[in-house]
Amino acid sequence: MKKTKSNKAWFLVLPVFILVAFSAIVPLMTVVNYSIQDIFGATRYFVGVEWYREILNNSRLQDSLVRQFVFSGSVLLIEVPLGIAVALMMPKAGKWSVVTLLVLALPLLVPLNVVGTIWQIFGRADIGLFGWGLNALGMDYNYAANPMDAWFTVLLMDVWHWTSLIALLCYSGLRAIPDAYYQAASIDRASNWAVFRYIQLPKLKSVLLIGVLLRFMDSFMIYTEPFVLTGGGPGNSTTFLSQALTKMAVGQFDIGPAGAFSIIYFLIILLVSWLFYTAMTHGDSK
Amino acid sequence: MEWMAWTTPSALFFVGIGCIILTMVCWEIVSPTVASKGFLPIITTRGDRIFISLLSAAFIHLGFIGLTMLPLSVPLTIAIIWLFIVMKWG
Repeated sequence: MKKTKSNKAWFLVLPVFILVAFSAIVPLMTVVNYSIQDIFGATRYFVGVEWYREILNNSRLQDSLVRQFVFSGSVLLIEVPLGIAVALMMPKAGKWSVVTLLVLALPLLVPLNVVGTIWQIFGRADIGLFGWGLNALGMDYNYAANPMDAWFTVLLMDVWHWTSLIALLCYSGLRAIPDAYYQAASIDRASNWAVFRYIQLPKLKSVLLIGVLLRFMDSFMIYTEPFVLTGGGPGNSTTFLSQALTKMAVGQFDIGPAGAFSIIYFLIILLVSWLFYTAMTHGDSK
Repeated sequence: MEWMAWTTPSALFFVGIGCIILTMVCWEIVSPTVASKGFLPIITTRGDRIFISLLSAAFIHLGFIGLTMLPLSVPLTIAIIWLFIVMKWG
């Protein structure tokens, strides 16, 4: 049968394109314009790539970048396997599956600043159950004074908040696997590990791709929760890139350097997201 | 366009990007892309290769700006050569 070829469908994409242009592309272009100028109110001076040079050689920002990669890496290493494990253990059907889904969805409904506040109180050694409990067990825990404790608390807070997302995505992926696969595995007397390795994990690939990308991008741009919990401290130990950027753009009102910083930040996120995407979809294109 | 704080170099930069995208669209209409495998470790379409080239160009520039005091013409030349290499043999 001869197919009719028409490009009219492209017009249907036009509203989205206009929306994205005004919400993302135009602001990004403006930031590029800012990044090559020194701006004092209405007065502007062209400085070329000077801000980029300054940002790239700023040791505090380099430390923040390293911190950011360590944080995002830790988040992915903990949340992805934990999310898969939780999804595998969840009831497949019945009222308990509904209860589990509701409980898992709860942390995702809490606003970011509220999450920070919850953990700020929860971790306090005097009135917080978590902080008080650790101290009662003999651990000298104080997230406001000890950088390691602060890191531990920020990570734990993120794991509490976002593991559910991976678990829910994986759960939906697992439910979409037809029973025939499990029946075939049962006939072959496949072990639980073999079922997971050769049936469940390959079938979870697409949802895991979305989960990993979302968690990477979110954790790499994290701002509110650590800001409320630790304010970037003690010292600069939990100051991540977005916090450093906000301080520069809003606190110091250095729009030019903040613009250059934003572009570098954006390029890093774009590169790493593309690498993740390519690595995870590469197998399909072979 | 005062609110976007335009400068001539940034306008030329975006016109350049726009021209690249327009050229790619016209090229795609005239001769649709075929995914192929070159020296890059993945199978790529023409669009993938231009994306890789542009992203690499950004990091080549950042590398030169951050590590050297050489004029921008040096990373620009390297980025253009790299773009041709990736488009032809990537």
